[in-house]
Amino acid sequence: MLEVVGLVKTYPTGDHALRGVSLTVKATEVVFVIGPSGAGKSTVIRCINRLVEPDAGSVRLDGVEITRLTGAEIRQARRQMAMIFQEFNLIERLTVMENVLSGRLGYVSLWQAWRRRFPPEDVERAFETLARVGLAGFENKRADELSGGQRQRVGIARALVQRPKILLVDEPTSSLDPKTSEAVMALITRLAAEERIPALINIHDVALARQFAQRILGLNQGVFVFAGTPADLTREALDLIYRGAGEELTSALGA
Amino acid sequence: MRAWPRFTPRQIVLRLAGRLGAATILLWALVGMGIRWEFVGDSPAQVRDLFGRMFPPDWAFAGEIVGPLIQTINIATLGTTLAILLSIPVAFLAARNTTYNRATYALGRLVMSVSRSVDSLIWALIFIIVVGPGSLAGALAVAVRSVGFVSKLFAEGIEEIDRGQVEAITATGAGRFKVLLYGIVPQIRPVFAGVTIYRWDINIRESTVLGIVGAGGIGFVLNTAILGLEWSRVGLILLVILGVVVVSEAISAYLRRRVA
Amino acid sequence: MARRSSLAVEWRPPSAFPARWIAPALWAGLAAFVLWNALSLQVDPARVSRGLGRAWIVFGRAFPPDFERWELLVEGVVESLQMATLSTALGVLIGIPIAVMAARNFAPLPVYAAGRGIISLGRTFHEIIVAILFVKAVGFGPFAGMLTLTWGSIGFFGKLLAEQIENIDRGQVEAIRATGAGRGAVLLFAVLPQVLPRIIGLTIYQWDVHLRQSTIIGIVGAGGIGTTLYNSFARYDYDFSLAILLVIVAIVLLGEVVSAVARKRIQ
Repeated sequence: MLEVVGLVKTYPTGDHALRGVSLTVKATEVVFVIGPSGAGKSTVIRCINRLVEPDAGSVRLDGVEITRLTGAEIRQARRQMAMIFQEFNLIERLTVMENVLSGRLGYVSLWQAWRRRFPPEDVERAFETLARVGLAGFENKRADELSGGQRQRVGIARALVQRPKILLVDEPTSSLDPKTSEAVMALITRLAAEERIPALINIHDVALARQFAQRILGLNQGVFVFAGTPADLTREALDLIYRGAGEELTSALGA
Repeated sequence: MRAWPRFTPRQIVLRLAGRLGAATILLWALVGMGIRWEFVGDSPAQVRDLFGRMFPPDWAFAGEIVGPLIQTINIATLGTTLAILLSIPVAFLAARNTTYNRATYALGRLVMSVSRSVDSLIWALIFIIVVGPGSLAGALAVAVRSVGFVSKLFAEGIEEIDRGQVEAITATGAGRFKVLLYGIVPQIRPVFAGVTIYRWDINIRESTVLGIVGAGGIGFVLNTAILGLEWSRVGLILLVILGVVVVSEAISAYLRRRVA
Repeated sequence: MARRSSLAVEWRPPSAFPARWIAPALWAGLAAFVLWNALSLQVDPARVSRGLGRAWIVFGRAFPPDFERWELLVEGVVESLQMATLSTALGVLIGIPIAVMAARNFAPLPVYAAGRGIISLGRTFHEIIVAILFVKAVGFGPFAGMLTLTWGSIGFFGKLLAEQIENIDRGQVEAIRATGAGRGAVLLFAVLPQVLPRIIGLTIYQWDVHLRQSTIIGIVGAGGIGTTLYNSFARYDYDFSLAILLVIVAIVLLGEVVSAVARKRIQ
């Protein structure tokens, strides 16, 4: 279970990205965060795995306080939380297999990483996972030869071979076309269910959130202004979440 | 369980062969160095001794290097100016869109290559034979050496001219000269200015050593001090060179940011 | 209305400098500076004309180039090649960690400062000066020359590679960090694949530069074809000098072509 309480982050530029954010993601729950760009969605996720240092607040994963960890402890914690990115962030010049295996980097020595000598069970798991995301036989292709949808599938495979306790997913479909977006989102939610792990998913597209969410949180200017089920997401609620964001609501609704 | 071999057997063999080949070449090169280990073992002591003699530097000598220092800057500046004048015609010959025919293009390229492949110190040796030792030989060496570099970058700037802008000025009914002034000069001026400043900065650094072969400037004083084993003077001169190079680099960086 | 027309009359193109007077002042200053430079050379026309006469004799003696002592020539070229190859390998080996130190996005401030310091130390002094010092330290010969080239290489290679590391895609780094990988694994998986083409390209370019530099550091006794050339000048063997010069131009051009072709194939 992930518990976030009172997260605050102000960037050196003076941007108040988060002004006290609290949320809980239970055992096998899929929680979507919606909100206009600049609301702080990415910052929430990056404060959870400490890619960004929060100024205040508490993050606990299965009872372990993440915000107080240092050095090697943070890296241990990161192994438990796999992240999927908006721009896929694959290592473009490496093969699909190397990209998937990079999810195991926290578990191997530097020498093993250099020689690409990952334990056989990791390699087997990588093959299986590639098959599950629909990329069987792609292992020796280079990441920069793939289409956007295929790249994101590799990103998902990389996250899964980590055997994480939670998936942190940052705008996984923003760089994809609508049809691929839906397929990718279906894949993420299906795999999360099969693995019995929870997921916290940032998303721009309200329709996708409605379609796949069990619970939706609405973020506006660094605070949650909405929490509820897809059914609770009325026009009024949307206006509240996208308040002050101009035309963005229209684009989020996919109009 | 399935294995994922990173390389095919063929790749493994090729990589091994590549490594062996590289190791052989490096070993051959190392043998060619003719290293005398007793000298190498002695070198830390030598270096320590050298620096011990250089520092503190001989500040009293400072007055005597002001003149040569100015001479060095003169050599660099004059050399650069001369190089620019020589480079403009070469660049127009060596740019595909302004050259007359293949022969002139080849000529431009040849001038460029020869100028660049002979170092300024060697040019200095040659010009010393022609005009005798001194700053003139130094300035000529700097100029001839710079022509290749400067005209290459000038030519690239000329090749990147946007024809549309030239067309637009021609369409206003402007004459040949006005087209040059309004359609072409604004496009190549930033490149020319940037390259000039950059080369001047490089030339300052080059000019500091020309005196070692007798072509004037602070290098001459440096060489004299080294031959006379006056290491505290050497220390001072090296400090001064360091200062001049750093300052000229800063000036060059500032000016290039401004004209970019 | 009157105000508007006066504005129109006063329009001037904006200056590149903070104040309008700076540009013309710079030009005037520059012109005066160059003029003073030219005057301070004290070119003596009589001496130049004598020199030109002498030049004619010299060139007469230089033609035809004398390739008779080709063993000496080959020896010098081989030594230059050896110096260039070895110093490139060493320079890259030492330059890579220096570059990581000098990349602002990977090194903490004190390490960064140290890295930048090493780089500027390697770049400030002309290779001839460095060669003089190395000759003093390890004696005459190609070894001193090799060390000189390595020294310069660290600064040059380190600087360019550090810039490349600073410009890599942050997302890929973030993704590897998010897996819980340590610093070393991040460098290995996220940074190295992104900068590897640049490393290879720079290595080839370095070799080309070293070959060129190895033709001159021999002047101060640091081995290579430069030593052969300087000796021939000192002995007034101008026909041999010309032969050496032609060979230098040829190997530098050849090196440039090899390096250009190799770099193109990598991209």
